[in-house]
Amino acid sequence: MNGCDITLSNVALTALPSGALWWPDMCLLCVSDLHLGKSERLARRGGAHLPPYETKDTLDRLSADLENTNARQVVCLGDSFDDLDAARGMTEATRLEISRLQAGRRWIWIEGNHDAGPVEFEGEHVFELPLGPLTFRHIAQANGHGEISGHYHPKAHVRTRAKTVTRACFLVDSQRLIMPAFGTYTGGLSSHDPVFDPLFGVDARAILTGRRALAVPMPRNAERAA
Amino acid sequence: MGEWECATGCFKFASMALPQIITEWFSAQGWDIHPHQHMMVARSGDPAVLLIAPTGGGKTMAGFLPTLAELADGTHEGIHTLYVSPLKALAADIKRNLRRPVEEMGLPIRIEDRTGDTSQTVKKRQRVDPPHILLTTPESLALLTSYEDAPRMFAGLKRIVVDEIHALAESKRGDQLFLALAALNALVPDLRRVGLSATVEDPEAIAHLLARHPDPCEVLHADLGPPPDIAMLETDEAPPWAGGGAKYAIPAVLEEVKKHKTTLIFHNTRAQAEIFFHNLWLANTDSLPIGIHHGSLDRVQRDRVEGAMVRGELRAIVCTGSLDLGIDWGDVDLVIQIGAPKNVKRLVQRIGRANHRYNAPSKALLVPANRFEVVECVAALDAVYDGELDGDPRGPGPRDVLCQHILIAASSGPFEADALFAQMTSAGAYSDLSRAEFDACLDFCATGGYALRAYDKWRRLQQRPDGMWALRDPRAAQRIRMNVGTIQDTDTLKVRLKRSRGGKPLGEIEESFASSLTPGDTFLIGGQIVRYEGLNQMTVEVTRRADKKPKIATFMGTKFATSTQLSQRILRMFQQDTWPGLPTHTAEWLGLQRTLSRLPQPGRLLVESFPHDGRENTVVYGFAGRNAQQTLGLLITKRLEEEGLNPLGFVATDYATLIWGLDRVPDPAPLFDIDALRNGLDTWLAGNAVMKRTFRASATIAGLIERNTPQAKKSGRQATFSSDILYDTLLKYDPDHLMLQITREEAERGMVDFGRIEEMVNRTKGRIDHVRPGRITPLAAPLFLEPGRVPIKGLAEEKLLEEEAERLLETAGVTDQTVTPN
Repeated sequence: MNGCDITLSNVALTALPSGALWWPDMCLLCVSDLHLGKSERLARRGGAHLPPYETKDTLDRLSADLENTNARQVVCLGDSFDDLDAARGMTEATRLEISRLQAGRRWIWIEGNHDAGPVEFEGEHVFELPLGPLTFRHIAQANGHGEISGHYHPKAHVRTRAKTVTRACFLVDSQRLIMPAFGTYTGGLSSHDPVFDPLFGVDARAILTGRRALAVPMPRNAERAA
Repeated sequence: MGEWECATGCFKFASMALPQIITEWFSAQGWDIHPHQHMMVARSGDPAVLLIAPTGGGKTMAGFLPTLAELADGTHEGIHTLYVSPLKALAADIKRNLRRPVEEMGLPIRIEDRTGDTSQTVKKRQRVDPPHILLTTPESLALLTSYEDAPRMFAGLKRIVVDEIHALAESKRGDQLFLALAALNALVPDLRRVGLSATVEDPEAIAHLLARHPDPCEVLHADLGPPPDIAMLETDEAPPWAGGGAKYAIPAVLEEVKKHKTTLIFHNTRAQAEIFFHNLWLANTDSLPIGIHHGSLDRVQRDRVEGAMVRGELRAIVCTGSLDLGIDWGDVDLVIQIGAPKNVKRLVQRIGRANHRYNAPSKALLVPANRFEVVECVAALDAVYDGELDGDPRGPGPRDVLCQHILIAASSGPFEADALFAQMTSAGAYSDLSRAEFDACLDFCATGGYALRAYDKWRRLQQRPDGMWALRDPRAAQRIRMNVGTIQDTDTLKVRLKRSRGGKPLGEIEESFASSLTPGDTFLIGGQIVRYEGLNQMTVEVTRRADKKPKIATFMGTKFATSTQLSQRILRMFQQDTWPGLPTHTAEWLGLQRTLSRLPQPGRLLVESFPHDGRENTVVYGFAGRNAQQTLGLLITKRLEEEGLNPLGFVATDYATLIWGLDRVPDPAPLFDIDALRNGLDTWLAGNAVMKRTFRASATIAGLIERNTPQAKKSGRQATFSSDILYDTLLKYDPDHLMLQITREEAERGMVDFGRIEEMVNRTKGRIDHVRPGRITPLAAPLFLEPGRVPIKGLAEEKLLEEEAERLLETAGVTDQTVTPN
């Protein structure tokens, strides 16, 4: 699968090149920040009419990961919908597609800041999910341990000998893992941002998404990491 | 005056005489009214007049004389004349220069400017109580037409003067302006238009843009004055093979500055101006007062330099295109052009900056930055002597600007589609627009125009029961106004001294450059070296640093294209056996190229391959013009990618394409198989970096990407994602969408030129000279410093990343990819 193997709190995980996280022992696939319905929300608020295809594109990619892994459990790590009205406004085709993906699987919606509150889709709706030694929640907490979260949409810049390459990435150290955003219309926050400094120790890695999941030492401001 | 005036009977100001008060003022100054100024007064009743005059020819006065005459009796109420120029600074300058004679003549005329720099209070007041003469820019005018009260504000408007119209006509700013004029004409049907232009190759084309279609537009020519005194600067040291700094010429330039009163030293890019100023300052042992002026510097700094210039306190100003246009900066008696002038027309206009006295020759010196530029300079000088101006026709008005204008019209109030279509096609650039094309733009503005009708519920524009189109949510007008404009600035960040060091603003740098900085890095801005300290709330904080060699800030700069005419002159020069017309060092340099490799020939195609700087390089000297060379670069890198040769990128000039990658190119001949190239064109058209760049620009202008939103203003950070994602999504799910059509149209005018590739391939038919010189050649050297490099995102990027990941982990003491933090 071209993934990158990780150990967090003695749990073996695989960061997939798509930006999803695979927990083989639990047959569990985790994705974060799908932001379904983003273009609809922007238009509703009087903004530009972005190409209304990102929900389909995001679900297509999720579907491919589900097929490849044959996952039995799915955790959506919050901000699955761009807002609650977007969740309510999903087209019939989108609803059918979500039901098709859910069929035969345990499905957990974790609440994010964009979709805090009940959504009318099948599955469990929780604020956070402790599972074995790991805890799944939307936003990382200062003292989190074995914590898997999303929210920040991290990306990393890597200087190679010929050019600088920027990719969405996982950030991981011995305490926690922050997932990249899986949604098609999502920007990123540079791993250099000071918000990450108190969250990650000196041994932190960035795992870049792309054709293969590739680990590098987390690119950050050298002065601050000390 | 022509017969058509009698036929329409609308224009009553024909053959107006100047009021005595004005003629007396001219005599008191000891000035004669120039013949072309008289002509402009005589033609002041025409619906449109274009005046072509050299700089210093009293062009602006010629434009305003009819206004002063008409306003002299003090009976006119409200706005009378709108003056539009491409630069804020020019509007401010004209205000100064016009107020003086008006005050001295004692005329009851109020003159004000309105630009991005005008305060909100003044702007508001101007809408309620406009001055007689309002001086503004295309963007500010477009904004004015977007307000509901535009009909009231412009009720008394009689004349519009478009200054430096030749500069506006080259860009989308002009298209926006001419659409705004069409909107004004709808409010004020008997509006008269005047265009003021520098010398251009095709005045009729500009006249067509200026006039309301199909009104006629007379072109008046002022006396061109004596030919300029222009030469190449002679230096003791020979210019280098490559590079744009012209550092070698600094002593000679300083000598010239000493010999003259005020010298303007022009550069083609801001980065080059910065380096040159830095080096000039280091060599300036006499401490001559020298300033720097370019568009990325803080306004306070620019104002200070402009003020010092007007007062005659500066001996030289290092500058860029920001001083290209008609600002009257006192006693400039020498213009120095650093770097080859890429275009003879622009050169002639720049030379005009020296000596603002009518009928005095302007003096200019050309300084080639490298030896290839020596050849270019000699070719440009020959063209100036031959009186040859260059330029390429622009083609029909772009539809992204049209979309923005539909949104602007909707902001000002409900409109009828038929009326708006009629209005827009009265703009010369859009006179051939079909109703179907217009309707597609209207649908795009209303619903997004997608095959999937997702936004019928959330339309931006709705058709009311009475058939008028209106904004669904009137509050959207604010967002639309925030995004008016066609200037495509790269995202920039402000640069300030650290708060503890005074927090003084210095200017701005590109965001991409800022993100490449780490604390401790140094760069040049406004001629000083500063140290990057960190990013604080979207501002780059720096400290002053005097002791280090700087990194260079990558300012956005227009990349000027060399005209076809100049390129052909150069190719002809290459065919000579010897070069008596060139300096010895450059003739020797061309000789070396002939020995090491070959010189390009019209009937053959020269291809060089050599390793350099850790990469494999291939140069194709097609002399097919930048557009064709760029297309060639895209097509060939695509073929290299397919063959697994890992191309990394390319850069195109008017003469050549330089391609670099990880692997050596074996035999280039199959790459130029015309059928394979043509087959590549369609698939290639879709997915390349140049198309994505074009898409970003057009989608921003058309209102699909909003650069400014009220939310972003509040938070200071924009949760944006790359426009490449929008492009890819659209291409995948809605390939016939209007925005992709516009992108293709725009790319074709800026890039494709496949006809010239075919012509090149046919011209050279198999006669490909593939040379492997084993090292970089004289002609290839300048290409390595050429801006505008296009990256190829292919397997090479993955390879590099894997290589780097391995290296980084090894350095960190880990040898496999498994992440097991302890």
